[in-house]
Amino acid sequence: MSPDSISALRLSLQVAVAATALNALVGIPIAYALARRRFWGRSLVDLLVTLPLILPPTVVGYYLIVLLGRRGLLGAPLYNATGWTVAFTWYAAVIAATVMALPLLVRTVRAAIESVDRDLERAAYTLGRSELRTVLEVTLPLARNGILAGVVLAFARALGEFGATLMLAGNIPGRTQTVPLSIYTAVQTGESAEALGLVAVLTALSCLVLIAANRLGARAA
Amino acid sequence: MRFVRGFVVGLVAGLLAAPGASAQDVTLSVAVSLKEVTEELGRTFTAARPGVTLRYNFGASGDLQKQIEAGAPVDVFLSAAQRQMDELERQNLIVGASRRAFARNALAVIKPADSRVDITKPADLLEARVGRIVIGSPKSVPAGQYAEESLRALGLWDRLQPKLVFAENVRQALDYVARGEVDAGFVYTTDVASRAQGVKEAFRPPEDSYRPVVYPGAVVTASRQAAIARAFLDLLSSPQGRSVLSRFGFQPPPAGAR
Repeated sequence: MSPDSISALRLSLQVAVAATALNALVGIPIAYALARRRFWGRSLVDLLVTLPLILPPTVVGYYLIVLLGRRGLLGAPLYNATGWTVAFTWYAAVIAATVMALPLLVRTVRAAIESVDRDLERAAYTLGRSELRTVLEVTLPLARNGILAGVVLAFARALGEFGATLMLAGNIPGRTQTVPLSIYTAVQTGESAEALGLVAVLTALSCLVLIAANRLGARAA
Repeated sequence: MRFVRGFVVGLVAGLLAAPGASAQDVTLSVAVSLKEVTEELGRTFTAARPGVTLRYNFGASGDLQKQIEAGAPVDVFLSAAQRQMDELERQNLIVGASRRAFARNALAVIKPADSRVDITKPADLLEARVGRIVIGSPKSVPAGQYAEESLRALGLWDRLQPKLVFAENVRQALDYVARGEVDAGFVYTTDVASRAQGVKEAFRPPEDSYRPVVYPGAVVTASRQAAIARAFLDLLSSPQGRSVLSRFGFQPPPAGAR
């Protein structure tokens, strides 16, 4: 494989790891809230988190540009204050992958939390445990396999992200060119051998991840 | 929580490992028709400059122009046409004083190597045996813009419309022909060598039917490596650069072009 392919592979793994970590930090609390709490705007949160699953990635990418681009709603004040913009950086790829993977994590984790026996949580409350401690000591450990399956799925989705990444992060070799973008460029410029190598690596990785997710899912059920 | 802690550690590790540009990292946005010649000159360039890393961003000049307009971290732009460079210069996005024309090219019409269809002159493209014809998308691909100009000048543009398919860059057009997906395509004469197994030249459109294909290069205004960027352009227009370009089939730029 060429140096460009290797750097794309490394970048893809870094982006997927960071996006998965962000997903877990943001997604598990959202999943818990959706599963166990009744609050104002709950259906809206549910809708927003699920949308990236069915919207074309280019639409999500467009929203991200409108929000975070140099002239974006959040991007413009940031650019004026710091002269820095997220577009065309490594962070843009992480953000795009995080948003696209979030529905998979939230939906999987939510189902896992909903399947935890509420009586066990109530028992913890009667024993004087706070909600936070109940979540950490009872709910999440019991939902553990489902949570891990969600994390693994989010990782796989982040690894394969293409459309939203292309729009927000561009396709700059060594900076934002992840494996899917590298394959796109290789095919576009007729470098079949280069594309084939990366396609094989990505297919193998995705198979491994799916097998892991299925095993975890089977144990959770 | 063991795995929450794991995620946090993963996140921090991921961020620490963020691939930042190193001190001597230079990104070149290069018209894809210059791919092999730029890589060859790049090896010469970095061999004499330890610590300098060149990153290539190959694509259609129009796409590369749009990236630079959107703030992509690029140091050098090598375009396959004046138009894209002119538009960047008008917006002060390239350093005008660094701009120079360094090569010239010409269009070729190609067909798959195993094609038995006889194509020897522009009018042959009208014949029924010639099905699909690929050109670069004139919106962003200079080779497509030159092809459109030439076909218009030859009075064939409107009549060939139903046969045309559009590629995202000139090498994709080349690839379509090499894979036999189309019967003919417009590329540069220099592209043929990179897929010599798959394609053969059919004819060259008359050179007075389209604007001269002149390649300008310039340092991008936002570059943080302007000195190295300029040194690369100097190599390109040096006698050594000229001789490498000519080995890959490029002609010297017309006198007075920039």
